[in-house]
Amino acid sequence: MDDTELAHRLSQDLDGTFESLVHAHVDRCHAIAHRMTGNPHDAEEIAQDALVRAYRALATYDPERIQDLLIRPWLATIVLNLCRNRARSRHAPTTPLDALVEAGNEPAAGAASDPAGTAVRTADRERLAARLAALPERYRAPVILRHVDDLSYAEIAAVLGRPEGTLKAQVHRGLALLRAAMTANELEELTR
Amino acid sequence: MTRTTLTACPTGSSGPVLGDEAPGVLSALAVPAPAGLADDVLVEVGLVDRMAPYPSPIGTLFIAWNGRGVAEVDLGLDGDGSRARHEARSGRRTIPADVLPPHLADAIGRRLAGERRVRIPLDLRGCTEFEVAVWTKALEIPRGEVRPYGWIAAEIGRPKAVRAVGTALGHNPVPLIVPCHRVVRTDGTIGQYSLGGPGNKRTILAAEGLDPAALEDAARRGERLTGSTTTRIVCWPTCRHARRTQDRYRVAFRSLREAGAMGYRPCKVCRPTALESAA
Repeated sequence: MDDTELAHRLSQDLDGTFESLVHAHVDRCHAIAHRMTGNPHDAEEIAQDALVRAYRALATYDPERIQDLLIRPWLATIVLNLCRNRARSRHAPTTPLDALVEAGNEPAAGAASDPAGTAVRTADRERLAARLAALPERYRAPVILRHVDDLSYAEIAAVLGRPEGTLKAQVHRGLALLRAAMTANELEELTR
Repeated sequence: MTRTTLTACPTGSSGPVLGDEAPGVLSALAVPAPAGLADDVLVEVGLVDRMAPYPSPIGTLFIAWNGRGVAEVDLGLDGDGSRARHEARSGRRTIPADVLPPHLADAIGRRLAGERRVRIPLDLRGCTEFEVAVWTKALEIPRGEVRPYGWIAAEIGRPKAVRAVGTALGHNPVPLIVPCHRVVRTDGTIGQYSLGGPGNKRTILAAEGLDPAALEDAARRGERLTGSTTTRIVCWPTCRHARRTQDRYRVAFRSLREAGAMGYRPCKVCRPTALESAA
């Protein structure tokens, strides 16, 4: 079911359709939060909170409003707001993610499931994730939305309220900072 | 600012690594969420329930809940049967769990031990206004006391709906938490109980400090109300004010009318009412 169909069904029957929304979007809500905060535990709480808030918001919307909803950027907006709130209320820095925690969330690896050949081993991914989490927020959010969540620039513009041109420059700049932060060795590891 | 980037970037060899095209290497950072996260969301918003065992004086209870509150208390031999019944009644998928969440376990434990002020959120979606009014009134009956069905009917302003009150109590999805076992028949007999029959009702009332056999004996003798010759106040027999009256000052009445004729006024705490005889 694509998001247009999902929005249509949500507008007709919220309680009967919400489970489909959760299953379709829980991974990406979690991924955005995970990479924004750099912490899988925070990510779990934020993703759950975001989807619960989404349900409660939908329960107050009239059917026309739900029908017109762009679900992907709308959910990303909720997740990002919660990430920001948390960062603001946090005094101590979050625990950096460790490979052991991550190891439990391994996707089914293998050449077959990765035709693009972009498979990244866990240890390399940890380094990359740590560098990403250390980027300034104005670069980190667009980079994550574009390259981790695969939103279009138009969608990101809706989420972050910045012009597309600005966002393209920020993504470019964010990637450049990321490249700069990785050692030559780490970059080679990524392509092996 | 671009220059600093370039110096750290191994020119030529970097190739497609962290290229500007999406999806690139960073898409590998989109790992799946933990397996239970979707269900956690659905339970929290009340579209899916969990059910866990909980010990009680009448056997293992199976308690269903979601983010809105406790949805059902069932007495079952095994969790599977209780879960199937709950799914059929609520229409919600129900996931077995080992234990209740600590805040609910704590609140239910304290409520069952007699604390009345502890708040237990309930999920009563799908129930009628009348049912909720009946259950809310039953919540006012203190531990160790009982009231007749007709009292609830009178208190909620539906004095003739005695039979409907009995039906509503029989449909109570959260027995023990909403103490429908403290509501007895107007003739003073203990009456039916949804959680495994009248035997369990007696067991629970006895565990709360009442003597069900003595209550029924008194009812058989026609003693529906208890008065005190010193205060000239008349109470339900299990009202705390009636129970602390010494035997030599205690007097029994068959009806409120009889007590009134003798100059007794109704207790303001237990509020004895003239009863319809239906139940």
